[in-house]
Amino acid sequence: MTEQTQVAKAPVLAMPVTRTRTRHRGRLTLGRQILLQIICLLIAFTCLFPLLWVVSMALDPRNLSRPDGLNLIPQGASLDAFAKVIAQPTANPVTFWQLALNSLFIACLIAAISVGVGILAAYVFSRMRFTGRAFLMLAILAVLMLPAVATLAPLFTLLNRIQFGSFNLRNSLIGVTLAVVAGQLPFAIWNMKGYIDTIPRELEEAATVDGAGSFGVFRHVILPLSKPVIAVTAFFGFLAGWTEFYFSWAFLQAPKDWTLAMALNGMVGQYAANTKWSEFAAFAILVAVPVAVVYLFLQRYIISGLTVGGVKG
Amino acid sequence: MTAIAAAATAPPPRKSLWRRTRNSRTAYLFLIPALLVMAIITFYPLVYQVWMSFTNYGLTNLKAGSPLPGYVGFNNYQRILANNIVIPNFDFLRILVFNLFWALSNVILHVVIGVAVALLLNVEGLKGKRIYRAIYILPVVIPPIIVATVWRNMFDPRYGAVNYLLNGTVGALFKLPPISIDWLNQPNPIFAAGPLILPLAYFALLTTNIWLGWPLNSVVATGALQSVPKDLYEAAEMDGAGWWAQFKVVTLPYLRPAMLPYAIYGFVITFNLFYLSYFMSGGGPFGQTELLVTTNYRLVQEQHLFGVAAAFSVFIFLILLVITIITNKLARATAASDA
Repeated sequence: MTEQTQVAKAPVLAMPVTRTRTRHRGRLTLGRQILLQIICLLIAFTCLFPLLWVVSMALDPRNLSRPDGLNLIPQGASLDAFAKVIAQPTANPVTFWQLALNSLFIACLIAAISVGVGILAAYVFSRMRFTGRAFLMLAILAVLMLPAVATLAPLFTLLNRIQFGSFNLRNSLIGVTLAVVAGQLPFAIWNMKGYIDTIPRELEEAATVDGAGSFGVFRHVILPLSKPVIAVTAFFGFLAGWTEFYFSWAFLQAPKDWTLAMALNGMVGQYAANTKWSEFAAFAILVAVPVAVVYLFLQRYIISGLTVGGVKG
Repeated sequence: MTAIAAAATAPPPRKSLWRRTRNSRTAYLFLIPALLVMAIITFYPLVYQVWMSFTNYGLTNLKAGSPLPGYVGFNNYQRILANNIVIPNFDFLRILVFNLFWALSNVILHVVIGVAVALLLNVEGLKGKRIYRAIYILPVVIPPIIVATVWRNMFDPRYGAVNYLLNGTVGALFKLPPISIDWLNQPNPIFAAGPLILPLAYFALLTTNIWLGWPLNSVVATGALQSVPKDLYEAAEMDGAGWWAQFKVVTLPYLRPAMLPYAIYGFVITFNLFYLSYFMSGGGPFGQTELLVTTNYRLVQEQHLFGVAAAFSVFIFLILLVITIITNKLARATAASDA
């Protein structure tokens, strides 16, 4: 993305000429400006509508069980729904913090393992030529093709057979973490390899001349330059854990192990006859806002990764 | 090529095997942690899954130390193809056709809307572009599970925001009686032709996924649009090309190489999109919005048919393999036509 904008800005000498031309051509008539503004505002409304609706439900001081109309701007605001949902979001005697802590545990572990274990492998696949490289890369690609949900059966049965006394690996947060890492690690390697491929090799030569070995080059050249992709990959790992549903829902039993997504599942649909929608809305906001904020901060890197990786296939 | 180069440069006395494999040894030394982890939790379960698919793995084989399941050959595969599964309304062909149509219709609409909005925001002199871009990216940053559960409530027949909105706009304008459309459970399909059945719930899911999916397409398209040299438009204009001709001749060649890989990526993501189907319609009505991945989940989670689920996963893998081969061919064919 940044590269492309640079390309667009590159011919500086030609700028004055095009500017006079486009002033003649590019100036919108008032009528067209208004028409385009209306279209843009309508699109903006569709983007914001669900978000406004959720926020207004959560803040509505009447704390409605079900909305009685389209109150996009509630009369006043109260945090009662938030207070209630933080104290006890589900029918189980578990607080929001307990659920959040469980999700945080899974999320951090997934991010740490997928990046920590994956980055060195990404470097090797990007820079070294060795026997079996093509085969291993193909194997990783093949795994990436298969959706994580489709590996539930073997992961459930294999993890379930690991039992120490009363501890069952399947019925634990560690088990869920391993199940997610199984799919997240190949993605992390692939994603980081794609980024390292774009780091110019000339940057390594100075280090090689100074006598650095392969690991020295990795540590002092590649690792510092890979910070953006490390941040993005860690964030994707975190996101996968923070909102993880299908493995947790299949694996975990004790209410103390429940995650945010499992609680959310109990707040909609057939299970939710007794859940106030104001509380559901407050809960949804509490889950979404932390990751949404981080996403917005990392957005530039994520999108440039998408376009770079996308074009390279 | 490399062999010739190696023969030309290699000194006559052959290096020892130990020295020749130096690169590979360093590579594998660095790869040990990742390969070890993936071997245990990624590759072994996948191989195990293939073995499971030939067994009657069930609840009795779950516990540590319990007997291993019996070999049943291709029985699980045959049961799936013959729709001999206890899940209500299970129909493999219908699910597959719906899943393909779901992914295809979504991606086409995502790309068309994404490009259209990118073109709109690329109009010179349009005020407030930065603000619009900031607003339009918002759906992307919300986790899919939140999107799915929120839209599930928005499509509620009695209290949903969609019906309230319809009542407040169209209903008020034409003085209609109160609208309470049962978006997610309306039993009569809107469209049905052979194995392709599209209930109203499909359109509700489609609406949600369009809301979720077009903004990133728009971002990718915007990046591509910025790489189009401006003087090309001027040249086209001097040649008397109209708006559509300019788009076709100047813009499209720059859009295609950026959009096509992203569209293929979007197709696979949408094909396997678990959350919307599972949380919004629950696969209903009558399993008509069930996808392959949600069916696979139900086989394990609700039916505990681990052997059948494993065979089902193998089918999913094979289908995705075919899709990948076709899309790769497609990408190569269009790349060649560009050259």
